[in-house]
Amino acid sequence: MTSGFSDLSVSVSDEVRSTTCYMCACRCGIHVHLRSGRVSYIEGNRSHPVNKGVLCAKGASGIMQVFSPSRLRAPLKRVGPRGSGAFVEISWEEALSTAASWLRPLRESAPEKLAFFTGRDQSQSFTGWWAQQFGTPNYAAHGGFCSVNMAAGGIYTIGGSFWEFGQPDWDRTKLFVLFGVAEDHDSNPIKIGLGRLKARGARVIGINPIRSGYNAVADDWLGITPGTDGLLILSLIHCLFEAGRIDLDYLARWTNAPLLVNATEGAEKGLILRNAESQPFVIDRRTGQPAPWDGPGVEPDLGATYQGHRTVFQHMAERYLAAEHAPEAVAERCGIPAGRIRALAAELADVAFNQAIEIAQPWTDFRGNRHETMVGRPVSFHAMRGISAHSNGFQTARALHLLQIILGAVETPGGYRLKPPYPKPVEAHPSPHFTAVPGQPLSGPHLGYVRGPEQLALKADGSPARIDKAFSWEAPFSAHGLMHMAIANAHAGDPYRIDTLLLYMANMAWNSSMNTSQVMAMLTDRDASGAYVIPRIIYSDAYASEMVAYADLILPDTTYLERHDCISLLDRPISEPEAAGDSIRWPVIEPDRDVRGFQSVLLDLGVRLGLPGMTNPDGTAKFADYADYIVNHIRRPGVGPLIGWRGADGSKEGRGEANPDQLRRYIENGGFYQAHVPAEARFMKPWNMAYQDWAVKTSFYETPQPYLFSIWSEPMRRFQLAAEGHGAIQPPDHLRARLIRAMDPLPIWYPPFGDDEAAGWGYPVHALTQRPMDMYHSWGSQNAWLRQIRGRNFLYVPTALWEAHGFEDGDYARVTSPSGQITVPVAHMAALNPHTVWTWNAIGKRRGAWALDAGAHEAKEGFLLNHLISELLPARGDGHRWSNSDPVTGQAAWFDLRVRIEKAGPQDRSLPQFPDLPRVVPQGRERRR
Amino acid sequence: MHPAASVILFTVLSGMGFGLLACLGIGPWLGWPAPAPGLAAFLHWGLGYGLAVGGLLASTFHLGHPERAWRAFTQWRSSWLSREAWTSVATLLVLAPVALSDWLDLGWSRGWPGALGPIGAGLAGLTVFTTSMIYAQLKTVPRWHHASTPPLFLGFALAGGALLCGQTALALIALIGLGLLMAWVFTDGEHRFARAGQSLGTATGLNRIGKVTVFEAPHTSPNYLMTEMIHQVARSHVPKLKALALTLATVIPAALMALSLAGAIPSLAATALAATAHAAGAITQRWLFFAQAEHVVATFYGKH
Amino acid sequence: MTTLPKSTARQLGLVIDLDTCVGCQACVTACKGWNDQGPAVAGLSDRDPYGAEPDGAFLNRVHSYQVAPDGGGAASLAQTVTFPRSCLHCQDAPCVTVCPTGASYKRAEDGIVLVNEAACIGCGLCAWACPYGAREMDPSAQVMKKCTLCIDRIYNETLPEVDREPACVRTCPTGARHFGDFADPESEVSRLTRDRGGYDLMPALGTRPTNKYLPPRPKDRPVEVSPLSPLLEIRAGDPAEGLAGWLDRILRKI
Ligand SMILES: Nc1nc2c(c(=O)[nH]1)N[C@H]1C(S)=C(S)[C@@H](COP(=O)(O)OP(=O)(O)OC[C@H]3O[C@@H](n4cnc5c(=O)[nH]c(N)nc54)[C@H](O)[C@@H]3O)O[C@H]1N2
Ligand SMILES: Nc1nc2c(c(=O)[nH]1)N[C@H]1C(S)=C(S)[C@@H](COP(=O)(O)OP(=O)(O)OC[C@H]3O[C@@H](n4cnc5c(=O)[nH]c(N)nc54)[C@H](O)[C@@H]3O)O[C@H]1N2
Ligand code: SF4
Ligand code: SF4
Ligand code: SF4
Ligand code: SF4
Ligand code: SF4
Ligand SMILES: [Mo]
Repeated sequence: MTSGFSDLSVSVSDEVRSTTCYMCACRCGIHVHLRSGRVSYIEGNRSHPVNKGVLCAKGASGIMQVFSPSRLRAPLKRVGPRGSGAFVEISWEEALSTAASWLRPLRESAPEKLAFFTGRDQSQSFTGWWAQQFGTPNYAAHGGFCSVNMAAGGIYTIGGSFWEFGQPDWDRTKLFVLFGVAEDHDSNPIKIGLGRLKARGARVIGINPIRSGYNAVADDWLGITPGTDGLLILSLIHCLFEAGRIDLDYLARWTNAPLLVNATEGAEKGLILRNAESQPFVIDRRTGQPAPWDGPGVEPDLGATYQGHRTVFQHMAERYLAAEHAPEAVAERCGIPAGRIRALAAELADVAFNQAIEIAQPWTDFRGNRHETMVGRPVSFHAMRGISAHSNGFQTARALHLLQIILGAVETPGGYRLKPPYPKPVEAHPSPHFTAVPGQPLSGPHLGYVRGPEQLALKADGSPARIDKAFSWEAPFSAHGLMHMAIANAHAGDPYRIDTLLLYMANMAWNSSMNTSQVMAMLTDRDASGAYVIPRIIYSDAYASEMVAYADLILPDTTYLERHDCISLLDRPISEPEAAGDSIRWPVIEPDRDVRGFQSVLLDLGVRLGLPGMTNPDGTAKFADYADYIVNHIRRPGVGPLIGWRGADGSKEGRGEANPDQLRRYIENGGFYQAHVPAEARFMKPWNMAYQDWAVKTSFYETPQPYLFSIWSEPMRRFQLAAEGHGAIQPPDHLRARLIRAMDPLPIWYPPFGDDEAAGWGYPVHALTQRPMDMYHSWGSQNAWLRQIRGRNFLYVPTALWEAHGFEDGDYARVTSPSGQITVPVAHMAALNPHTVWTWNAIGKRRGAWALDAGAHEAKEGFLLNHLISELLPARGDGHRWSNSDPVTGQAAWFDLRVRIEKAGPQDRSLPQFPDLPRVVPQGRERRR
Repeated sequence: MHPAASVILFTVLSGMGFGLLACLGIGPWLGWPAPAPGLAAFLHWGLGYGLAVGGLLASTFHLGHPERAWRAFTQWRSSWLSREAWTSVATLLVLAPVALSDWLDLGWSRGWPGALGPIGAGLAGLTVFTTSMIYAQLKTVPRWHHASTPPLFLGFALAGGALLCGQTALALIALIGLGLLMAWVFTDGEHRFARAGQSLGTATGLNRIGKVTVFEAPHTSPNYLMTEMIHQVARSHVPKLKALALTLATVIPAALMALSLAGAIPSLAATALAATAHAAGAITQRWLFFAQAEHVVATFYGKH
Repeated sequence: MTTLPKSTARQLGLVIDLDTCVGCQACVTACKGWNDQGPAVAGLSDRDPYGAEPDGAFLNRVHSYQVAPDGGGAASLAQTVTFPRSCLHCQDAPCVTVCPTGASYKRAEDGIVLVNEAACIGCGLCAWACPYGAREMDPSAQVMKKCTLCIDRIYNETLPEVDREPACVRTCPTGARHFGDFADPESEVSRLTRDRGGYDLMPALGTRPTNKYLPPRPKDRPVEVSPLSPLLEIRAGDPAEGLAGWLDRILRKI
């Protein structure tokens, strides 16, 4: 009898090509197996630093993405009304010359009339550079609606952040606390890390209204009420202060806690006190006298008072010891019993201080002190959008960093570790550039870190210079721009009108936008003359997404296996705490359609427009294509997109001239490069001279940049001062009170905007979304395997509400928010905050999109919460409609959503439903094997 | 289970067929009047063979690869399905000379081949028993995994066989017995899943923590397990269907047999009517048998 | 051969750690990918993949449950447990003995339960016999599919040694799946089973599964009497002492 498996040693494939996954921003290394030139199997690359061989559900089914019937096939030009989906296929020549003919006049007269926004773009340093060469101030990627609170909160406090820019010391941490994370960008590393903690029996605590995924495996779960993490964290800080369980030595040496806060009434009040040389100073405990903060051997005194000016530390103590922060005072609002808050504080202190670790690694700090060991506080934290997607998210992120700091758990063994090129203080970042000059490039990068009102992107008349109003008084620290406001503002002509909207990889007519129906209306709205209010829309997608129908010109991209990409240190690299890393994608297969990699298309377009940087003086192309750019583009002398194998012979790391052989070396190495941090430099990086020297050598900055953590934020205080009436640059009056409140230089908590009102208006329930681990936003649904796993979503309702409303399986609920109503299927969830409902993000699809059957579950019963969320809050007493964003960064407050629910009984489809989206590709039938 | 027509037909038809064949085979040894040679014998045996073979053929419609059905003969040592293949074929072969003899009046039954009759009858019984064991062996379906399942199948075969071969008295007794058994199985069956003690808690082992319920299904599209094994009958229909099955399969035929015995109605008409009702009842019972199967795998999906 | 081997030289299988599995479904698609495209297999089809009701065969499925613990206080908070389910390669595999064709069999050398697709008539009986839902009919090939324990990987000499493990194990990002030989008491899987209380699913059915599940560790520590004990060293809050007193005391610690 034959076994059916007679030969067990059949070779998997003819050839393996190693590149980088693209189903999310995690950027895992993959081996792509080819049989007869076709992709046959994809598995993780074991030697890759990000994923170490593992893949997630999306990565492991990447083949279904590559063979998706929804792939666009050729450039398209709109022929019917916008939104009707009437397109004709055109040649690339026509597509590119059309785009050039639209953009050329703009560049020559008013470059700001091009707004270029990108979604989950992994080439932001390139797309941003292109926009800079074009000269428009209107460029940003999607970070503004994603997690800029996390990024900015971190940079302004510790010079690094959560998101994917740091990670717990997975090897040493004994207690890991996770705030508001479902999946994160660092998907596989977090999973690998959790697995390692579990294997060691280390403790994991999940703080999240919803107990699923990572929070389901957490040893303890605190089902917090949304928007109240700041309260909880400040209460933990209160407990630690109260008990004196704080790392005073760490605070004194490495933070601005010992700096003095100017107490003199006037324009300097609340700024850090400076000496005659404009340098901040401390009181040296050895002498009791002022001394430079970074002076050799100086021992800063936390408790000093100098001429009536008190240290930051004293301000901290005063604030956080106050009774309003006691667990008993916050427990009800947070939905967590006071006893559990105290228990958590106790556990943090116990692990940080009683279970401290020490590694025998001598090092030298920036004051010249030699330390024989590194003392570790094995408590680590991670947080993401659960904290950041609230209108108090920036301050909450700061509060969390403060908690880490007082435990001495940042950049110490066992704590939270930053990944090069971080740490990097605010001062080492650029500030925003925004002045459009016809025919000229922008003078510098668009995005950056504002230090004070004088760096806001305002025009001479005080109006916002950018279409998204980033870096305006409404969002002073909007370091990632405000993509979610771009369409609404362009439609409203506020602050001005634009001509062309260039979008890349962002499904703005569906799951990426707030109030999706309104956005679709804005995209198709016409003025009195019958012309579109947003005159031109160019879009690059790889698939038949909902957004495609709303563009005038479609530039079809390749799939991730068919193009070059560069994951650069200039952008969002793949570093680890002990190594800077970057990587590439390269065409492991050739496209079988008339599509082109968007970056190469941008370069081509740039040459047609004569953009400097990509055009030679004779008008020819400086770079043949994106691959050529990756190798030969020079940002700063010796610095290009990739750090590996630089120099003519490939022997240089970080800095060095272009190496024509660079891509081949990357490919041979599995698509990535790592520059390893020397042993002495592995921890305490902001203060560790060995690290600082290595960072300069490896090109992150030009001179060493040691700095102190900013517990007291001067940039914030500068905005408060302006709002109090100091200084020449003044905010509009209606924003003063809000700036004074939100720009507190010490972390605070205030209720999310609209929270109190919403409850009063009759929207008592919080409504959230979570990322499914097995879907990436909208594009997972075209994947034949993933859509069988998760082709429908439900609104999960906690037990108390489930029973109160008498819901039964199969029921639908009508869900109403101040800005909309949906009718959706419900299901019961027990491990859920009692005031919260939620659903998986972006499962709902528009009928006809993604090459799916019009009767697909995704379109029939699937739904989005986005219809309930608006970019503006309902009008307040004063008639103002505030934006639904964090007042510091402009981060979209997705998770501030408040609703009420009613039983709607069994239904056969969710509402709203939209007309079928006309197909730009035929419906998928069979799956290719 | 999804109550597939092919399996229902298979078990009902082959059960009746092998029951009839058994009666025909053993009849002469019990002194029952043999069917008259010629047309009567042809029709009788033909009906038996027709039902048995028709049932077996119906079962192949359930197969993904009927062309490989011959392989089902290979595993008689362990597989009841394989054993059923053997016994059914053996029955059909062993009884063939007897049938031929009856039809063509070869008189073989008076010679040694006559001994094949009871052997065939025994094999026919064995066939029905093996069929029943296909279901009774499945611990995964507590409703089936029970000592009553073989008697139930055999009871149907006996009642159907007796009916079809005109053994009114035997049919009456068999029908009464079957009715009682059915009634008891219908009642007892409802408790067997609970008695088996499997739940989502034991299926997952999470009963060691507490009470387990489903949060999310592993897939939102249906799969083979759900369409094949997790069929749920609307509870409100079940009592009606049970009553219908019992009435059609046993009460009506038994009443007709009693009337016929009492001479109140002509026996041929009674038999025809009774057999029809019985077959309809058997189909109803079998539909319930499969539809109500309650496989333990349903616990994983929270469907039990 | 559908009679079961009396014993097997090795007893290969998986340990699945429910304390660690986050329910990411990676093992599901990795399994699908390998068994659809792997070199030694016939594929795992999907019917109507982009239609209203797609229906495909998978060999591994991940459920998600909620548990209401029988505890008190914080320890009574509801829990969510994700639960991967694939073939357990039972020692007394009823799916094998019911098979009429011999297509289902258990290997004497390592205990792996397989289907010889060329001999399978697609009767479905083995799926009926399996308590664990580990077998699914391929919707287009109409033969029974089940987890092969990636036999075409674990013995595949064309693969590097480290990769000779099942696709689901190799891909699992949390490391919740462990592969090994239970016949070897010193193997990782045997050790984990011993140390962490690995258990059988539905043991009463007598299938004697090879695969073991590790239970979730106890969750949600009850708040004990003195949660503050490590914090009691210094106490603020003496109103007479005030902030200055607190500062004074605490700074003396440095
Ligand atoms: N598989 C997959 N991975 C992805 C993505 C994807 O679509 N699929 N998307 C990528 C993108 S663009 C992003 S931005 C990241 C986002 O990654 P995450 O930050 O993990 O984002 P969300 O899924 O939105 O999860 C937010 C979590 O915060 C919780 N939460 C909400 N409000 C609060 C609160 O007030 N307090 C606390 N403590 N928790 C709260 C929610 O319950 C949820 O668990 O994921 C990236 N990774
Ligand atoms: N309710 C709710 N809404 C949310 C969120 C939430 O938490 N809740 N989260 C928000 C956040 S953080 C984010 S980041 C957004 C994400 O939302 P989107 O930006 O809409 O993200 P995707 O669905 O990934 O869409 C990106 C587009 O890129 C296309 N694409 C995929 N691959 C390629 C490629 O290789 N080339 C090109 N050119 N295009 C490609 C896809 O087809 C898709 O149309 O959603 C936001 N929306
Ligand atoms: S986490 Fe998954 S989708 Fe994201 S890059 Fe890694 S394998 Fe690809
Ligand atoms: S891959 Fe691992 S963590 Fe993910 S579902 Fe499977 S077993 Fe669980
Ligand atoms: S789990 Fe099911 S298919 Fe696997 S060996 Fe056990 S009974 Fe057979
Ligand atoms: S479906 Fe195939 S493997 Fe299963 S019992 Fe039938 S013949 Fe055997
Ligand atoms: S061992 Fe192989 S076949 Fe079995 S579940 Fe894992 S990946 Fe699938
Ligand atoms: Mo995002």
